[in-house]
Amino acid sequence: MLRDVAVVGVGQTSFGEHWERSFRDLFVTAGVRALEDAGVAGDEIDALYGGNMSAGQFIQQEHVAALIADYAGLATERVPATRVEAADASGGLAFRQAVLDVASGASDVVVASGVEKMTDLGSAETTEALAGSADREWEVFGGGNVAALYAMMARAHMDRYGTTRRQLSEVVVKNHENATNNKYAQYTNEVSAELVESTPFVSEPLRAFDCSPASDGAAAVIVVPAEDAEDYTDEPVYVEATEQASGSLAVHDRDDITTLGSTARAAERAYETANVSPGDVDVAEVHDSYTVAEILAVEDLGFAEKGDGGAFVEDGRAAVDGETPVNPSGGLKACGHPLGATGVRQVVDAAKQLRGEAGTQVEDASVAVTHNVGGTGATAVVNVLSDRNGRNRRSR
Amino acid sequence: MTAPRFWRKINQRYRLVGTECRTCDTAFFPPRDLCPECRRESDIAEKAFSGEGEVVTKTVVHDAISDYDAETPYTLAVVELDEGARITAQVVEGDGEVDVGDRVEACFRRVRDEGEEGIVQYGTKFERV
Repeated sequence: MLRDVAVVGVGQTSFGEHWERSFRDLFVTAGVRALEDAGVAGDEIDALYGGNMSAGQFIQQEHVAALIADYAGLATERVPATRVEAADASGGLAFRQAVLDVASGASDVVVASGVEKMTDLGSAETTEALAGSADREWEVFGGGNVAALYAMMARAHMDRYGTTRRQLSEVVVKNHENATNNKYAQYTNEVSAELVESTPFVSEPLRAFDCSPASDGAAAVIVVPAEDAEDYTDEPVYVEATEQASGSLAVHDRDDITTLGSTARAAERAYETANVSPGDVDVAEVHDSYTVAEILAVEDLGFAEKGDGGAFVEDGRAAVDGETPVNPSGGLKACGHPLGATGVRQVVDAAKQLRGEAGTQVEDASVAVTHNVGGTGATAVVNVLSDRNGRNRRSR
Repeated sequence: MTAPRFWRKINQRYRLVGTECRTCDTAFFPPRDLCPECRRESDIAEKAFSGEGEVVTKTVVHDAISDYDAETPYTLAVVELDEGARITAQVVEGDGEVDVGDRVEACFRRVRDEGEEGIVQYGTKFERV
């Protein structure tokens, strides 16, 4: 990057069913929290990026970046506001665009945000809207939807690597347990593997509790040049790398459907740019839209060998006190998954880990990864963040 | 799916016609006008598929999008056609459950109704050989 970038403020709404709060209300709450955290005034902001998957389908509103800029009081300042879309990787992309904007020297103080208002629609309409992240003409027409496509990835992973139904359940058990200390999470109750396995099938082998929920919510972070970061905060979080990669839109077009090539490539580039190896990562917030997605993620991000992701979770290696703690926030499963907000929420939670102020805190976290996926994996974003306290840049 | 969007690909939906790149000898279904490997060196021609292939992975869908509700639970699979392309489609259950590795062949079936007054859309499903 042309110049280094740091996160100096973070904020989010709680995620969940906010019947009484609108799309714009959610954004303003998260945005104000991020600005207050950074001590930034509205007239200092140079640009705003808003990740949003589908306000057009969920609330029949387009032009939403202008809307949120307006209600955040930034339209009177003529702040340029840009919507970014890559299904449920929209937030991750919005963060990346904000970082690149600062890195390029074009802007100094930029808001990266994500917002989704999903619960105005019923569950049938929500499933239909989500299917827009897959190939409508050649996957959805045949009877596929996002859950079914992940279910076929799960089946292939089980057939090839011996991944078990119980290992999928253990992802849920871990993430719910982690969320018990997260006041912003949609679900803060613990669940047992037996309970997960008693919920109805959505698409075999995936059951209702293998799926992240529909949620309302927003998240925002403030990014500035790293050299200015200490003017805003005593605890800057540095962006060591932000990388993005693509894969085929349809799952059937992938040579190997037990891996997300987009994740693997984005991770490879991110580790190289940040000069870290997967073993250096102290904490990761990964995209567990479905349980199998977390198993794929821990493999494709290099925390576990290919095929060992299920055992990695089951054996406690992804636990808060494990080898590479994964989703100490509760992940998408327990935090909730307001599509376009998730990628930014992951940065919020990673920053809290590095500052030492997370609900479920990983001890001495210094290097964090966030991983955000669009749909079934046609887009992936991988960020590496650190507190630069000297524990990173270890041997590769 | 609107009528124009459906009819635009009627050859593919009714006859399983895709394309191939004669530069690298790769078959595409659904058709591609640009080979992802050869790009501007692509030499694209129409290709009819035999409709025979093998189940790569499958699921049984219990919670479908609304136009498919009446069919649930149904079996959905990724099928690798013998010519090399892969397709996502339903497998019609005949005698016993279809499994990964099973040989299947395409059949022409009603796929989707757009409500009581909407159009009926036909296309490819598979059945065990």
